[in-house]
Amino acid sequence: MRSTDEIRRQFPIFRSEEIIYLDSAATAQKPQIVLDAIDRFYKEENANVHRGMHILAEKATESFEGARETVANFLGADLHETVFTHGCTESINLVAMSWGRSNLKKGDTVALSILEHHSNIVPWLQLKEEIGINVQWIDIDDDGSLMIDNFDGVQLVAITGCSNVLGVKPDLKLIIDTAHAAGAKVVVDAAQLVVHEKIDVKELDCDFLTFSGHKLYGPTGIGVLYGKRELLESMPPFLGGGMMIGEVKKDSFTSAEIPNKFEAGTPPIAQAVGLKAALDWLSQFEWKYIQTHEDDLIRAAIETLNTIEGLHILGKPQVGCVSFTIEGIHPHDLTEIIGRKGVCMRAGHHCAQPLHERLGINASTRLSVGIYNTKEDIARAKEEIEKAISILKS
Amino acid sequence: MDLYAENILDHYRDPRHKGEGGRASVSKEEDNPSCGDRLTVHLWIENNVIEKIEWEGVGCAISQAGMSIFSEELEGKTTEEILKLNKDDIYELLGVPIGPRRFKCALLCLHTVKNAIRKYEGKDSQSWLETVGLGE
Repeated sequence: MRSTDEIRRQFPIFRSEEIIYLDSAATAQKPQIVLDAIDRFYKEENANVHRGMHILAEKATESFEGARETVANFLGADLHETVFTHGCTESINLVAMSWGRSNLKKGDTVALSILEHHSNIVPWLQLKEEIGINVQWIDIDDDGSLMIDNFDGVQLVAITGCSNVLGVKPDLKLIIDTAHAAGAKVVVDAAQLVVHEKIDVKELDCDFLTFSGHKLYGPTGIGVLYGKRELLESMPPFLGGGMMIGEVKKDSFTSAEIPNKFEAGTPPIAQAVGLKAALDWLSQFEWKYIQTHEDDLIRAAIETLNTIEGLHILGKPQVGCVSFTIEGIHPHDLTEIIGRKGVCMRAGHHCAQPLHERLGINASTRLSVGIYNTKEDIARAKEEIEKAISILKS
Repeated sequence: MDLYAENILDHYRDPRHKGEGGRASVSKEEDNPSCGDRLTVHLWIENNVIEKIEWEGVGCAISQAGMSIFSEELEGKTTEEILKLNKDDIYELLGVPIGPRRFKCALLCLHTVKNAIRKYEGKDSQSWLETVGLGE
């Protein structure tokens, strides 16, 4: 257990200048230990993986596969079920383009929640265009909670573990059990959830789960796809190229076994090393510590923001972020003005246009928190928000 | 110079030429999809001269003030003159530094007015690439 001050000191970005970083839902900052791991890999072990007999190739392969083991343990998954991709978006696209194309036919239904990020919407709309599947939307109530009845007639449920706008957490266990009762598979977009609480894929019993490294204090350019073994084995490859093949002839090929079947081309090797370092770093904290710290921040954010005149919080935030609108003020003006004072917050539709349309707004401002944030960050944000309002409105 | 300079804030708080455009020769709506800024321009055109402009819109201070400032320049100009304007003319008019994150906010006024004239002339809308100048 460390104090937040000690944690902040491990992040070089907080040393350089006065930054109030409240945008971790977009991407998290990186601790020195992650940057060092990537640097060391390139300086001491750099080679391609699974492709050579020389000493560097061996070291690189060991590091890469070591990272897979760390990720698998982190999720409670088996090694074979842990696929490296280049990001959460690619992981979801992989499920749509491989499992979706080979298992869905015209008239089948994919159920999505209105909370979804575009990366868990567009691939399914692409399949709607391509093969004529139906996309069915799960609505929310005023708090942002999903209204779930049953999934009769649904083949796949694609659901976020935590809304990147409202900070609400769908009841994954209930959704997965209900979906399975109807014979539907479930893909969980854990991009937001994964950094805030323990995920055990076996306990959840989800069929697929996806996330990326950069929201977990790791590097950009790497994502993970968990899939149940029998599903991954039955699916055709996604991209074709090196590493994913068994044998290639002039007129045919066979695929490698899982997980390599889905890892065409040179994988993000240094990024996998960086992700391992991030997960090792994160594992020094108990989940209970992280959750208590972040719950306190979210509560403080709600309480503090609510004291600002004309400010309206969207839904009932639980985890990670709080989004809001301010009467008569466009979020881009607000975040530009507070941004100059070092307060970093996100404005716009946060890649969730259907949700904003459902809420009847064009854009919102989002305050999101990570392990390194303090209540002073939130107090400073309030101060600057109020100054910005007076500039724009007076 | 501050992006939120007094002239920008003045036009944002008190926009000029705002109106619903009753019997205008042409009306055209455009948006900046990345922000949700939206403008509708109404032009009264006679012998290729802009006789009158009104506009409606929602969005950030830069997009709305930009339209208000630009609207003060239009009456009496020929459509040909306006179609020749480029992004630097707008930046000069606004007189504040426009960075890479905000150029579409600033140029939405030009984009909308040019496409209103093109619609009046029976031409297809030009793309953002053309408005920004990369298509030239």
